[in-house]
Amino acid sequence: MTASSLLSVQNLTIDYIGQQGDFRAVDDVSFDIAPGEVFGLAGESGCGKSTIAYAINRLHKPPALIRQGRILFEGQDVLDLDDRALRQFRWNKVAMVFQSAMNSLNPVLRVEAQFHDLLKRHRGSSKAQSRERAAEMLRLVDIPPERMRDYPHQFSGGMRQRIVIAICMALDPKLVVMDEPTTALDVVVQREILQRIDELRRSRGFSVLFITHDLGLMVQFCDRIGIMLRGKLVEQGPAEQIHHRPQHDYTKQLWASFPSLHGDPVKLERASM
Amino acid sequence: MDQEPIIALERVSKSFGHGEKAVWAAHDVSFALHPGRTVALVGESGSGKTTCARLVMREYRPDGGRILFRGKDLNDAGAVGLKEYRRAVQMIFQDPFASLNPAHTVDFILRRPLALGRPHLKGRAVDDTIADLLRRVELDPGAVTRKHPHELSGGQRQRVAIARTLAMGARVIVADEPTSMLDVSVRLGVLNLLNEMKRDLGVALLYITHDLATARYVAEDILVMYAGQIVEWGDVHRVLAHPQHPYTRLLLSAVPDPEVRFDDPGSRLDPGVVEAIRREARHRQDRVIEVGPNHFTRPAA
Ligand SMILES: Nc1ncnc2c1ncn2[C@@H]1O[C@H](COP(=O)(O)OP(=O)(O)OP(=O)(O)O)[C@@H](O)[C@H]1O
Ligand SMILES: Nc1ncnc2c1ncn2[C@@H]1O[C@H](COP(=O)(O)OP(=O)(O)OP(=O)(O)O)[C@@H](O)[C@H]1O
Ligand SMILES: [Mg+2]
Ligand SMILES: [Mg+2]
Repeated sequence: MTASSLLSVQNLTIDYIGQQGDFRAVDDVSFDIAPGEVFGLAGESGCGKSTIAYAINRLHKPPALIRQGRILFEGQDVLDLDDRALRQFRWNKVAMVFQSAMNSLNPVLRVEAQFHDLLKRHRGSSKAQSRERAAEMLRLVDIPPERMRDYPHQFSGGMRQRIVIAICMALDPKLVVMDEPTTALDVVVQREILQRIDELRRSRGFSVLFITHDLGLMVQFCDRIGIMLRGKLVEQGPAEQIHHRPQHDYTKQLWASFPSLHGDPVKLERASM
Repeated sequence: MDQEPIIALERVSKSFGHGEKAVWAAHDVSFALHPGRTVALVGESGSGKTTCARLVMREYRPDGGRILFRGKDLNDAGAVGLKEYRRAVQMIFQDPFASLNPAHTVDFILRRPLALGRPHLKGRAVDDTIADLLRRVELDPGAVTRKHPHELSGGQRQRVAIARTLAMGARVIVADEPTSMLDVSVRLGVLNLLNEMKRDLGVALLYITHDLATARYVAEDILVMYAGQIVEWGDVHRVLAHPQHPYTRLLLSAVPDPEVRFDDPGSRLDPGVVEAIRREARHRQDRVIEVGPNHFTRPAA
């Protein structure tokens, strides 16, 4: 691990234990994320991206078993945390946004109550303090603070997703893990959300682990990118390099099957694999 | 387009809720689906795309306007019956796992619609047809017929879903984001397959997507929807190359492009501008401008 890393994943190996034998979902994966950096993980479905994201949050459950490796956050191995330290770690240090996060809001609670739940638990905030913090966070994601009295169903999908992000950032985590946060949204809303996160990570200095299968989007947003294939991290480097000078054949194949809005419309070929 | 459309929507509207709270999910929507052609439907999340799909599927009744099947109003006496309609018009969903019964094998999933769609087939002929259908969607019959959906990858499941629509004898396929849960590599295979259905079998397709780049590959025509209204439509290449409506332009400017970095200040979408475009695009607009041959737009307010 370099001195400047916020997160250092080292030789991580994770199996899913099964009756017919074990399945190696993550195979000796190592990468670092620096403070303020956006690191992307890309790769085909089932290559192990979400399994890594869960492990970083210590949210992995049986049959997932970590066989080997370390997950160092500010030098401390996440895998060694006891229950109390773990509660402190989640939300305060690392927050996670899931693909269907917009459906993870509690439908019967007003938005302000969902902020208060979290802030009371972790910070012992009063209702007034929570409301103030909620207003500040909602403004950051372009939602008028007055709307904190509304229920989730009164917002569009894109707005709900932004509310989840605002809640995730309420405790000023140092790392935000985003697992396909915008796949169900149109490209304008997707762009608005990610552009805002890009501004926020610059102003507030948090890091992002960004997972998507859209390689074009990944290059736009990330500083560095890792490409996974069947549990292995086969290539990692600056976004510019992954885009213009991919080294691994698999990365080249991924680019070849990326449909473009411009140019020749007849290259509908499947990457062979 | 010399052929008669299989399905035509004429000024169809659909609202949810009542009074002040009513949401017009579709307002005055008109389009036609032709044999051997694909219409792409794109637009903002929540703009009414799935509502249009469900109207075509006859899962919703229009609150206004009419739907024609082979030129006949569905509400007229003597129109096609619901059963026959449901066989001819089939839907493919975003999540192939949710749409295939997990308790059934691939063989069973195809056998049932075949019994409905082609009741004259018996015995070996059924097995042969199932094998043919699977080969048509590029699956190996020997390898998959006895499998359950959870034993297949997402792309394989989506192929089974397509094979099922063909077993039913579909003439129209409504595909609502059929590839958004699939990998890029598999995605193109499924889109190729839809193209073949269209070309070889003369199926009419309605292709709903957030991925504008793929619309160019599969569709001849495109509809851009905003807040229940179709704001721009026509030839897919004309619309994408010369977008007229501010919302279409906004949508195109936001398509992920690896050449454009978010940290490049010149590439930023200005939230104020975006809001202004949304405000304008929300207005009801009955006037239609013909931009050129097979290219239309509604003027923004
Ligand atoms: N609970 C489980 N039991 C057994 N195997 C599992 C389990 N969860 C995941 N796997 C397997 O582990 C592998 C990695 O899964 P993971 O969800 O991490 O992939 P992913 O890269 O996030 O894929 P996607 O892009 O589809 O989300 C897959 O092959 C999957 O089938
Ligand atoms: N059954 C329903 N009851 C009430 N409102 C509904 C219903 N179905 C859809 N709506 C509303 O109608 C509008 C259009 O929804 P629709 O699902 O057609 O959008 P969409 O364009 O498919 O969106 P997405 O891209 O997110 O799938 C939305 O405002 C939605 O909230
Ligand atoms: Mg995943
Ligand atoms: Mg929809």
